[in-house]
Amino acid sequence: MNAPVSHLRPPGQDRGLRDVLANRFLLKLIVDKEIQIRYRGTVLGLLWSYLKPGVQFLVFYIAMGVFLELNRGIENFAVYLFSGIVVMNLFGEVFGNASRSVVANGGLLKKIYLPRQLFPVSNLLVAFVHFVPQLAILLIACFITGWRPDLKQLLAVIVGTLIVAVFSLGLGMLFATFNVFFRDAENIVDLIVMVATWASPVLYMWIMVRDKLWEWVYFVYMLNPLTVAVELFHYGFWFPTTDMPQIWHVPPHLLTWWTPLTIVVSALIFFIGDRLFRAQEGNFAQEL
Amino acid sequence: MSSTASKNVKERTDQDLAIRVQNMSKEFVLRHTRSMKEAFVWLVKGRKGDLTAKFKALNDVSFDIYDGETVALLGFNGSGKSTSLKMISGVMNPDSGTVLTREKVAGLIEVGAGFHPDLTGRDNVYLNGAILGMTKAEIDEKFDDIVAFSEIAEFIDTEVKFYSSGMYLRLAFSVAVHTDPEVFLVDEILSVGDEPFQKKCIGRIKDLVRRGKTLVVVSHDLGLVMDICERGIVMDHGNKVYDGSVFGAVAHMRHQDPEEVEREHRENLARAIEDKKRHREREKAEALERGEEFKPQYDPDLDGPLSEEDATSA
Ligand SMILES: Nc1ncnc2c1ncn2[C@@H]1O[C@H](COP(=O)(O)OP(=O)(O)OP(=O)(O)O)[C@@H](O)[C@H]1O
Ligand SMILES: [Mg+2]
Repeated sequence: MNAPVSHLRPPGQDRGLRDVLANRFLLKLIVDKEIQIRYRGTVLGLLWSYLKPGVQFLVFYIAMGVFLELNRGIENFAVYLFSGIVVMNLFGEVFGNASRSVVANGGLLKKIYLPRQLFPVSNLLVAFVHFVPQLAILLIACFITGWRPDLKQLLAVIVGTLIVAVFSLGLGMLFATFNVFFRDAENIVDLIVMVATWASPVLYMWIMVRDKLWEWVYFVYMLNPLTVAVELFHYGFWFPTTDMPQIWHVPPHLLTWWTPLTIVVSALIFFIGDRLFRAQEGNFAQEL
Repeated sequence: MSSTASKNVKERTDQDLAIRVQNMSKEFVLRHTRSMKEAFVWLVKGRKGDLTAKFKALNDVSFDIYDGETVALLGFNGSGKSTSLKMISGVMNPDSGTVLTREKVAGLIEVGAGFHPDLTGRDNVYLNGAILGMTKAEIDEKFDDIVAFSEIAEFIDTEVKFYSSGMYLRLAFSVAVHTDPEVFLVDEILSVGDEPFQKKCIGRIKDLVRRGKTLVVVSHDLGLVMDICERGIVMDHGNKVYDGSVFGAVAHMRHQDPEEVEREHRENLARAIEDKKRHREREKAEALERGEEFKPQYDPDLDGPLSEEDATSA
């Protein structure tokens, strides 16, 4: 009676992200659903994903560039600003939505078994759908200002994007798990997203942190994957549009030292997020 | 108390097992802490007092279910039936004990769990089908049957939020019964839609049974349960209190004599079939009068099991 039965297996044991990849069809349907729902009943539809960052850019440009006169200190300030904003939007959307995804799909998770990591991962893909139009606008601005990137700079953009994706999905899975047990997590997520824009050189330059604060703050500052991703975007999009490369344009050792280091940091966060999520996912149904 | 109540008990070996549940127990936390402040205060105070009250929803439950068995899970509200099904489907894990199942176990646990009101019927069929484990090719292939079965073809490209609740359930049920798992778990969903559709659903379930699908049904409709299932398990406050023939289980629930229950049920069944036959005769006569050819609507009680092909289109 107690002998193991080879053709039976414990239900609800999935192989995590590998199962998400195995369920690409379902993943695609969930992504389609999310996008369809987001723009239901709108006349402009996906055009909103152009309009929103456009307006956001305009507001920041007028406030920071014109009022605070930053556009005099930084060449092509518009491109500088927007390449940072794009990174932050990607982070905010992945992190924010992934953190909410488990609770938001609680009704389903409680009734039917399916690989639960589908939900945070689908939010990553949805965010990329919104990321592409923003990138398109950014590229237009780049070409207008005479963008001439080399291969290294293009690679920097790709690496920067990957860093944001891994970091924000990892953090998203971490907070999605917290959120099941403590709904306070949602508010913390909002807080983090709000602070993140200021904790990276989006609206100012990294030299301000180096010059005005202690050295260890700068060190911690540069360990933030978002800071490095923003700088990689500056390096890829904004830097090739400027005429006079000055020493402070990008932080020293960005590519040789800070990029590998933050790849490790992001991977670590992702690993912890994945581990925690997998360890707790069996309890999701009863807690929701 | 016998552990199974089926005809061919001795031929069964472990190789024919579909579900094995051993010493399954589950405790739930009754008072959830929903804020960090509460949890923090509790931690600071040295974890004293009851942050949470515990409640034993399943207590050392064991049973084996073999391929092709049809089992009714009975019991009063809150006795742990749905919780048991959730353990079997993998939605929840037991605190102790083991649950083992075949690879493809599908819950018709709740109809329309994966439906989204803002999507069209068509999109929902695909989404829900995929959630229930169908591949794209399978859904493509069965799509027309699913829609035909639901009888709402006109509205298939309308958003589901504009459906009546019955139409919504029809479509959801159609998707669910067109999946092809090894084990079907059914929780209180047989009371779907209007009466003709309900009959159709029950017919469909019976047909699955005749084709040898393993079925675990939770229902409070004892008559229906006796109609579909051969074995019954009765739960009471998280304990398994009866496991045997379905008539024994119903008798246990009603505090009656099993033989009496069975006799009564057979009488009812015979009467129902007589009624159906008479009804069909009458329809046939009427059709002849109008000069039409009479094609009887499929009824599993009268016509025997369908072949695999026409089962989907019935
Ligand atoms: N996630 C949960 N958290 C706390 N208690 C739960 C949870 N799920 C179920 N319970 C409790 O477990 C007990 C059994 O619930 P279950 O849903 O299995 O009952 P049931 O037999 O299906 O009843 P019904 O006939 O009403 O559907 C109930 O007392 C219920 O309150
Ligand atoms: Mg129930």
